[in-house]
Amino acid sequence: MAETRPYKKPLPRVDEESRGYWEALARHELYFQRCRDCGTARFYPRAVCPSCSSSATEWVRASGRGTVYTFTVTHQNQTPGFREELPYVLAMVELEEGPRLLTNLVGCAPGDVRIGMPVEVVFEDVMAEITLPKFRPA
Amino acid sequence: MNIWGRTAVVGAWEHPTRFAPHMTPFQIHAESARGALADAGLTIRDVDGFFTSGVGPIGLLSLCHHLDLRPAHVDSTSIGGSSFVSHCVHAAAAIAAGLCQVALVTYGSTAASERFAIGTAGTLVGEPPDQFEAPFGPTVVGSYAMVAQRHMHEYGTSSAHLAEIAVTMRRHAGLNPHAKYREPITVEDVLASRVISSPLHLLDCCVISDGGGALVLTSTERARDLAKPPVLILGGAEAVRHLGVGRHDLLDIAARQSGPLALARAGVRHDDIDCCMVYDSYTITVLVTLEALGFCKPGDGGAFCADGRIGLGGALPVNTDGGGLSSNHPGMRGIFLVIEAVRQLRGEAGPAQVADAKLALVHGTGGMLGQRHSGVTMILGRA
Repeated sequence: MAETRPYKKPLPRVDEESRGYWEALARHELYFQRCRDCGTARFYPRAVCPSCSSSATEWVRASGRGTVYTFTVTHQNQTPGFREELPYVLAMVELEEGPRLLTNLVGCAPGDVRIGMPVEVVFEDVMAEITLPKFRPA
Repeated sequence: MNIWGRTAVVGAWEHPTRFAPHMTPFQIHAESARGALADAGLTIRDVDGFFTSGVGPIGLLSLCHHLDLRPAHVDSTSIGGSSFVSHCVHAAAAIAAGLCQVALVTYGSTAASERFAIGTAGTLVGEPPDQFEAPFGPTVVGSYAMVAQRHMHEYGTSSAHLAEIAVTMRRHAGLNPHAKYREPITVEDVLASRVISSPLHLLDCCVISDGGGALVLTSTERARDLAKPPVLILGGAEAVRHLGVGRHDLLDIAARQSGPLALARAGVRHDDIDCCMVYDSYTITVLVTLEALGFCKPGDGGAFCADGRIGLGGALPVNTDGGGLSSNHPGMRGIFLVIEAVRQLRGEAGPAQVADAKLALVHGTGGMLGQRHSGVTMILGRA
């Protein structure tokens, strides 16, 4: 596939358990899973519920709103793609539905990030069929 | 079957190198094995149990080839830097069960001369969880930094609290002729060092060195005839923590499970412990580990570490060799925690000796504290 720009960061390796998640992101929709038997919400997506071992799973669309659970401003990372963008904010965002995910905060100065800060999802299309969920101040 | 108190560390040797571009990692393993076996008064032909990690998926076989070992029991549990503490617990169980009689644990690495940026190399997509993390640029130091940020938020812990830990480790390193950094530092030096991943500064991070070491374990019966006084394995426990389904409390670390269990298995209490060797990949690792082990209440770790208590002469000396923060860290430091505990319990720690040390607690942390990690606690005691 011809790329219009070199994207150097690691890409997700989409697998049979995660395909639905990444396909939804490509449509700019953020989903998590909930067990149909015990009701446990889970992130990241996987085929078998870790709480009750059920395979009955539903996909739930997240509102995209959440808060910063914790974060770090990264000043050093040797990985190509990241080393050109230092400093950047690595964060765990707690979705308002409960599950937390690792992400980047964008659209704000690293020095302004605080735990508890309200954020909302933004969709970054990085490759054909690959979109990353990032968050910005809400 | 009670396995505790029935086995002992009888040989311990730390490779003195901190920078060895002229050596291979396997050479460091071999020299360390030789050192630990000589310390025990044994030879490599006595070894029938072999434990190692950090050598690749089937690297244990290559290392057996290199050392010409034909063991009857092997274990290459790889759970990060704590692996070698885990090996000691597993070796104690294996010896007590009769699976082997003389267990050798070895470690060797040339991380520094290979210029391997352990904490800031970033991560690649390997196992399933990685695809939800690696695209966002996590690093090892960043994982610990997110725990530090959360601790600061919940309890008001400050960068100065963390800096005190680095200052104490450096003071201990000043007593260790092999330590990589020995010049004293101050809290101000730590706070003035550049930020690597907020809130952690350069001097909150362990050094990167070459190095290695080895341990020899056997039954207490066999230990009676050997060269050095045995150091008994009185209790041990392992635990794993991870983000699970996405609701994990980042401050609920593995030590909270493994610590109380190891102490209970040894039949001892916190007040009985004379010194602690705690994995200090970063200053925050020490603070949250001491809290989780139960030496102080959750949230009190900053004050606990800042008033001299964890320094030599304090109530609970920690990492009397200078730890990973100042002495050595070739990537997986667990073996050095055990070696320093053995030195203390034998009275071989020189100017860093804790007077009349009878009981030591060792706790290894492996992996990424904020994503998934292991914790292994072991209680060692004088016979």
